[in-house]
Amino acid sequence: MKAIFEALLLLMLPTFFSHFGAYFLMLTKVFRKPENFKIYRERIVEEIDILGVKSLGIVVLLSVFMGAVVTLQTASNIWDNPLIPKYTIGFTTRQSMILEFAPTIISLILAGKVGSVIASELGTMRVTQQIDALEIMGINSTAYLVLPKVIAAVLINPFLVLISMFVGIMGGWFVVVGTGFATTYDFIDGCQIDFRGFFVYYALLKTVVFAFVITTVSSYHGYFVKGGSLEVGQASTKAVTYSSVLILILNYVITQIMLI
Amino acid sequence: MIEVKHLYKSFSGVQVLEDISSTFQKGKMNLIIGKSGSGKSVLTKCMVGLLTPDSGEVLYNGVNFHELDFEGKKEIRKKMGMLFQASALFDSKTVLENVMFPLEMFTNKTKSERIDRARFCLERVNIIGKDQLYPSEISGGMQKRVAIARAIAMNPEFLFCDEPNSGLDPQTSIVIDKLISELTEEYNMCTIVITHDMNSVLEVGDNITFIHGGRNIWTGTRTEILSADIKELNDFVYASGFMKEVRSNLIKLR
Repeated sequence: MKAIFEALLLLMLPTFFSHFGAYFLMLTKVFRKPENFKIYRERIVEEIDILGVKSLGIVVLLSVFMGAVVTLQTASNIWDNPLIPKYTIGFTTRQSMILEFAPTIISLILAGKVGSVIASELGTMRVTQQIDALEIMGINSTAYLVLPKVIAAVLINPFLVLISMFVGIMGGWFVVVGTGFATTYDFIDGCQIDFRGFFVYYALLKTVVFAFVITTVSSYHGYFVKGGSLEVGQASTKAVTYSSVLILILNYVITQIMLI
Repeated sequence: MIEVKHLYKSFSGVQVLEDISSTFQKGKMNLIIGKSGSGKSVLTKCMVGLLTPDSGEVLYNGVNFHELDFEGKKEIRKKMGMLFQASALFDSKTVLENVMFPLEMFTNKTKSERIDRARFCLERVNIIGKDQLYPSEISGGMQKRVAIARAIAMNPEFLFCDEPNSGLDPQTSIVIDKLISELTEEYNMCTIVITHDMNSVLEVGDNITFIHGGRNIWTGTRTEILSADIKELNDFVYASGFMKEVRSNLIKLR
């Protein structure tokens, strides 16, 4: 067993380090001085639209139902228990949405939606030689293509998460009012109890880190595609998988550092 | 002028280029020809810096490209234009935006000046009234011409064309060849065309380099190529049965 484990480790380690090194080398190129600030500014606005504004619909839809489900589950567990106050429903919904559901689950959803868009866009550009064309023109293609995506996601994702928090809590409130598990007063009371601005700060910080991971990891997989359309599809899948795994690992690390 | 000196390149132990040396003149159509897999594209990629050679030099007007830092390479690349096999136009930009793109990135021209220059280049390659169309909405031949317009927008000193005729019918191929040849003379560019199309070779080849098995085994002009006495080159030039017959008749006549 030990021999198998060691063999696997020997096989996997070089691949891991080569990807790790290539990823960081790519990052050093991404953060070089842009050739033309005006063009980059325009690209950032375009990317905010593509990566952020166009994801608003799915974020709102998912958040409403996440908030509603959290509220329903909490309510169904405590509503006939006389020892637990009704405001716990609002409190649990708020804490779940702010601390975990809005930043982490929405980032995972965005890793799927945005990550595949980025990887397939860059992958297609690579296999159709559009990236080579940029390089020949003397443009730092890595910075031109990746930096606006990183900046756009880091700027817009916190707003998406703030909207998700609000809409999720609203979803919970609709359920409470609709089912009669608690009064609006109890729900709002629960939402306000022991509220600390730090919770939102923690959630937004996580979101910024996740936005960086989604855009850079997906760009890495798309930018270095070799082959044709099949490989572009595979890169897109890898982008989503690796981004999601990294988000979950970093979620644990950040929580350990900031909340414990 | 571009000089390639003793260029070597291998991939995973397989030698793809072996001791390639050649000179590509300004104002001339310099053709690199050879069979598929002979190393033409790898040579070009080494010349433009998309690949780094294992050893050897690529000199642009005497400056060794591969010894330059990022900024130095960028300066030389601003003097390059390249026409890719699949055109490599940006899908998300219109025809006009594609041609304007290098002007936006590297010049301080106003928007109207950029539009004027882009329209001039498009008219020069006979693309009129297609400004607002996307690359997917125009034919392959038109895409090639738009790509040429984009390549010449910055008045390049060096123009690279990777199989400019691939996917085009013989008539359109000749139109593209002649257009590249005219532009080369007009702008006094050092143009390098990678091709395996014998029509192109005989139509526009001023200075031809024949690559076989990663080696430069012959250099000459389009008139010299017909009478060259190298087996590999003759196998390439007279590949079809008909051409072989033409050659044997030529030899008999001599």
